[in-house]
Amino acid sequence: MKENKKDNTESEIPYLITVQNLNAFYSDFQALKNINLNIKPFTVMAFIGPSGCGKSTLIRIFNRMNDYIDGFRIEGNVIISGEDIYSKTVHTENLRKQVGMVFQKPNPFPKSIFDNVAYGLKIQGIKDKKFIEERVEKSLKQVVLWDEVKDNLKKNAYGLSGGQQQRLCIARTLAVEPSIVLMDEPTSALDPISTAKIEDLIFELKNKYTIVIVTHNMQQAARISDQTAFFYLGEMIEVGKTQQIFTNPKQKRTENYISGHFG
Amino acid sequence: MIKTQERIIEKLLLISALFTILTTVLIIIVLSYEAVIFFSDVSIIDFFTDTQWTPLFDEKHFGILPLLTGTLMTTLVAMSIALPVGLSIAIYLNEYSNKRFRAIVKPALELLAAVPTVIYGFFALVIVTPFLQMFIPNLAGFSSLSAGIVMGIMIIPYVSSLSEDALFAVPKSLREAAYGMGSTRFQTVFKVTLPAASSGVIVAVILAISRAIGETMIVAIAAGQQPRLTLNPLVPIETITAYIVQVSLGDVPHNSLEYRTIFAAGITLFVFTFILNNISFWLRKKYREKYD
Amino acid sequence: MTNIQLNRAKDKMFATWGVVSTFFGIILLAVFIIFILYDGLPRLSWQFLVSLPSRKPENAGVYTAMMGTIWILGLTLLFALPLGIAAAVYLEEYIPKGKFATILEINISNLAGVPSIIYGLLGLQLFARTMKFGGNLLAGSFTLSLLILPIIIVATREAIRAVPSSIKDASFALGATKWQTIWLQVLPSAFGGIMTGLILALSRAVGEAAPLIVVGALAYVPFAPKSPMDEYSVLPIQIFNWISRPQHGFVVNAAAAIIILLVITFTMNAIAVFLRNKHQKKTN
Repeated sequence: MKENKKDNTESEIPYLITVQNLNAFYSDFQALKNINLNIKPFTVMAFIGPSGCGKSTLIRIFNRMNDYIDGFRIEGNVIISGEDIYSKTVHTENLRKQVGMVFQKPNPFPKSIFDNVAYGLKIQGIKDKKFIEERVEKSLKQVVLWDEVKDNLKKNAYGLSGGQQQRLCIARTLAVEPSIVLMDEPTSALDPISTAKIEDLIFELKNKYTIVIVTHNMQQAARISDQTAFFYLGEMIEVGKTQQIFTNPKQKRTENYISGHFG
Repeated sequence: MIKTQERIIEKLLLISALFTILTTVLIIIVLSYEAVIFFSDVSIIDFFTDTQWTPLFDEKHFGILPLLTGTLMTTLVAMSIALPVGLSIAIYLNEYSNKRFRAIVKPALELLAAVPTVIYGFFALVIVTPFLQMFIPNLAGFSSLSAGIVMGIMIIPYVSSLSEDALFAVPKSLREAAYGMGSTRFQTVFKVTLPAASSGVIVAVILAISRAIGETMIVAIAAGQQPRLTLNPLVPIETITAYIVQVSLGDVPHNSLEYRTIFAAGITLFVFTFILNNISFWLRKKYREKYD
Repeated sequence: MTNIQLNRAKDKMFATWGVVSTFFGIILLAVFIIFILYDGLPRLSWQFLVSLPSRKPENAGVYTAMMGTIWILGLTLLFALPLGIAAAVYLEEYIPKGKFATILEINISNLAGVPSIIYGLLGLQLFARTMKFGGNLLAGSFTLSLLILPIIIVATREAIRAVPSSIKDASFALGATKWQTIWLQVLPSAFGGIMTGLILALSRAVGEAAPLIVVGALAYVPFAPKSPMDEYSVLPIQIFNWISRPQHGFVVNAAAAIIILLVITFTMNAIAVFLRNKHQKKTN
């Protein structure tokens, strides 16, 4: 469950994330029905579908953020890097270092820019100041925020614009060096220019990370993802290459959604 | 390792929370233990029927009734001021006044409850009593009237802020319906809002009564130390709380019957406030559920 | 007069009555305070602050009572603050839903309503007698700690509840443990709210006389306390003592001491209101 070995051939570890016969429940309500899905490393996978279709539930299963919801439970297996993440031996803290998450609304901590990015390292007990400084700089450069904030690292993160805050949150996630980054509608609270910047960023990050993104915006899915999965009422209707899903969907319901007949 | 550390912390936090339970249990144990010994010497029937309370005299009587009526009198006087004034404030702030006025007035009202009660006692004894004596010549130097009036002023913010919460919880739609039919604010308040908020207002009244029953320093200073069975507000009386203070200041030997009287008086006080607090807790829970 | 005119008149009358009610208590308090200032202000001097108690009113001062109050506040803070915050964190972040949670909830709301003199009886039997502290500072501050514990718990819980869950999510998503999230994110964010509650609780403690009288604080202490095991008096008890003396000089002393106590409580409340307003502006 450590680093991804890049030198492995595709046939040895073909998939980074494997979901098998997954059912998820909030008390009596079934939010996901028999999901089977594979995600390859170094790709962008987009989840689309109308509200309440289960796409956010699924993405939050990948880092077990649903653990805090009363009455939530799953059946089936979710395997990341060859390990069942819901087995008893897995600590959620370790899982989340490998599977980072970016949320709908930018949620920086009410602390300085530097402390925001350094937080993930500090909670791991890393005290080496130089190492932390280097990692903060590297992460902020990765999200193209470094030049904008390098003179103001001590300033409170709340002073940044919405788009900058969201890039800061991405930098904060990257600083822990995860192999997977989950993004739950990361641009839904942002203006078009900030959105474009984040989309460019996702395109860049694909080289180093595996990205799973939930989006309401179908154009966004079409622009940035390699694979797209369409969800409807807790079922995964269709999954495939993004181009194929958008140009030649196999299922009628996918076609209806994409062409704007519902949702 | 992290897991064990987390578990130890959780246990420590749990122990801190259990301290609150322990406090309640200890209060009940301490009061009942001493009270049980007391009631092995004094019959519980005498305790509730004897009309005299003279444990510190040679001829001892242990009838709690005079202390109860003393407590009742000060509470009654206090509530007859705090209830109409507090409720009017709540209605005015919630239905009539603007936001700015409310923002300035509310901290000022809270100040009334923040003044230490020993200071209110001074007000009652040194200012209010002489002032009232100008109009009521036969008012004694210590009385349930002066103590009660000052206590009423202190309790105003309890009534007003809790009633305001209750009025605020009434859905806007109800009020708008009344206005829509041409009601004045006055009619809306008294025909629609207040009845709808009645259980919340009752909670406010109960909690204020409970606060008045337990209030100590004002009555210890200004109501007197003469336990007597009377409903006359102009003469000195003694409340349960004032009696406990009186004994605590004296040199009553520990483990004596006189010493245990304060626990017998204390458990009576505790039972009353405990019942009132619980009633208000359940009422509040009920009316919150109603609008959820 | 038509019905509508009558209704309008009633409405106007109540509006006036509302204003009168609102200022009734505030104005009376102001009048009281003016009386106190008139009586006590001439008596206030540096000498009054640093003098020991005396049988002669003109020689007496509040030094020992002031020192007792400072000791009591410091010790009470020391015991009640960690305990109160810890209990609040448990109730807000850890407690499993169910019967146990309901019982704790009811219990705390009950404790907040227990008259302060009952805490005095508890302290008398538990700390002063069973633990054999007698009438020392430790017994007094333990008693007051239990008294203000519910206030601190309620305020801390509200402050914790006001911390946006998005901040907790972000911390968890970076692999932080529950305690790391609470210690590094939740408590710092709730700091302003906790401080507000704490100051209000202390302002309550500073004015308490009844439970301390019951637990054995003295009305007359010749010297200021030097350790937690010493006997003590506090400002409210000193005031109470002076009020009950017959000589007019002691009433003047009481008024002067009341001015000091009022300044302390009003300052504390002003700080609390200021902190709360600042806090509310930040979260809006």
